[in-house]
Amino acid sequence: MTFRLAIPALLVLAVAAIPFAAPQLQLLMNLALAKGIAVVGVTVLLRAGQVSFGHALYFAIAAYAAAFLSASMPGADLVLVLVVAVAGAVLSGIIVGLFVVRYRGIFFGMLNLAFSMIFWSILEKFYHYTGGADGIRLPRPTVFGMALERGPFELIMFYLSVALVLLLGWFTMRWFASPAGQIFQTIKTNETRLQYLGVSPQRALLSGYILSAALCGTGGVIMGIVQGVVTPEFAWWIRSGEMVFIAVLGGAGSVAGAFVGAVIYETIRTYASAFAGDVWQMVLGGFLLVIILFAPKGVIGIYDAALARLTGKGRSE
Amino acid sequence: MSEILLEARNLQISFGGVVAADDVSLAIERGKNLAIIGPNGAGKTTFLNICTGWIKPTRGKVYFEGQDVTPLPPRRIVRLGVARAFQIPQLFTEHTALENLLISAAAREQLRHPLQNLHRIRERAEMLHLLDMVGCADVADRLVVELSEGQRKLVDIAVALALRPKLLLMDEPTSGVASSEKFKIMEILVKALSEAKVTSVFVEHDMGIVSRYADEVAVWAAGRLQMQGSPEEILRHPDVIRDVIGEAV
Repeated sequence: MTFRLAIPALLVLAVAAIPFAAPQLQLLMNLALAKGIAVVGVTVLLRAGQVSFGHALYFAIAAYAAAFLSASMPGADLVLVLVVAVAGAVLSGIIVGLFVVRYRGIFFGMLNLAFSMIFWSILEKFYHYTGGADGIRLPRPTVFGMALERGPFELIMFYLSVALVLLLGWFTMRWFASPAGQIFQTIKTNETRLQYLGVSPQRALLSGYILSAALCGTGGVIMGIVQGVVTPEFAWWIRSGEMVFIAVLGGAGSVAGAFVGAVIYETIRTYASAFAGDVWQMVLGGFLLVIILFAPKGVIGIYDAALARLTGKGRSE
Repeated sequence: MSEILLEARNLQISFGGVVAADDVSLAIERGKNLAIIGPNGAGKTTFLNICTGWIKPTRGKVYFEGQDVTPLPPRRIVRLGVARAFQIPQLFTEHTALENLLISAAAREQLRHPLQNLHRIRERAEMLHLLDMVGCADVADRLVVELSEGQRKLVDIAVALALRPKLLLMDEPTSGVASSEKFKIMEILVKALSEAKVTSVFVEHDMGIVSRYADEVAVWAAGRLQMQGSPEEILRHPDVIRDVIGEAV
């Protein structure tokens, strides 16, 4: 047990030490953490056997909500920006969710994609409001009324991201283990029985869908604030595909895997694009191929297997 | 005076050219075990599907405790107290036997707290007792896909019983089970039903089981309810011997 907790604890400590030990990695890690939170949102749906190819929608909605709020309320506080942005993602998750939860499998995936692409088109075409393809600036929010310089602000964002990763990761795992979370996951195996337990599968899926929208929104707003600009690329289908990619890479259905996958993905992407120019996508594709062929439970599956060999048995969430 | 728990009136439905329910009217008394017998394709399962709202009849009504439940979806009918066990057990295959029951209990109690652990819900002891009642306490922590067909059937019934239903509809509870195990399963089942004071309807092909465990028998043929009565009376009827028992043998 101690050993099982020791490795994740050491990883968290290593991440927390980055701003001091390896400051050049701080931005990369912060973006990876933001993406990781969003990937947990996709992971939630994978637990119910559903793949969304459009969850960048909520990533973008939250980021744009933050940008619009900051533009209309200069000096808005960070907490307010975060709350409004995530509320925007949740609200749109409820609206879109009410429609898409009636579908399953490829229809569910493609409908989500359709909604995200509609939003992407709106962002691209309503230039006067959204800045079109250039996007809009997301000025640095104040922190408890204080306007901070870039350095301290980025440090706060980094540790806020680490805290949110821990809090939201913990919450999602607890929710998975809760009666509501378990009922949600049975959508994957038997909706008929679910109906005969007096439960509406649609309503059960909606609850998880809203959670996933909230998580994607949280990732999106952090990404927007850290980058200082939001663009339609936030809602682009490749962004949604990237989230599914990371979820599979880390270990489909695993919360820890979502973060580990996001860190690996961002690292490979950054360094492969720097050193391998035009072929970095091929490097990533090859990496995913190896994972799917030789470790279908993702990176976290490899970790679990290694842990099981060392300690007898083990399973990470 | 006996009390009618579920009543079907003039049910009618066809699938293409096949009449699956042809003016079916049947009343089920509270506290009784009713067996439905008949050849394959007679409309027995369709009757259960209509009673639970899975299929809507083109004509006729279903009343449960006097309330018209015909237009309701299955989940609403379940909430009124009608549970179902299936010919092919409908379980959550990625969960253990106990977890299947805990999920059922959570659904019954509408537990929604996001931080409560399913394994620590108050109903856990009750669910373990239920598993014990159906003789599956020793496999509580095993995934249901690892269980034998007979055990899966019993867990499926226990999942339905976990809802504390007033009426349990079972589709061939002993089919696919070794002959030697059938009576054992029914013994466990009838005891559990009586302990939980649950009225039951079960579709069955084994006349030995029908004669031993049913209080009343309804005979189906070509979508019609042919006759209804005590097992002694029905199982000796020449038409039943010719059309149903002959085929079952």
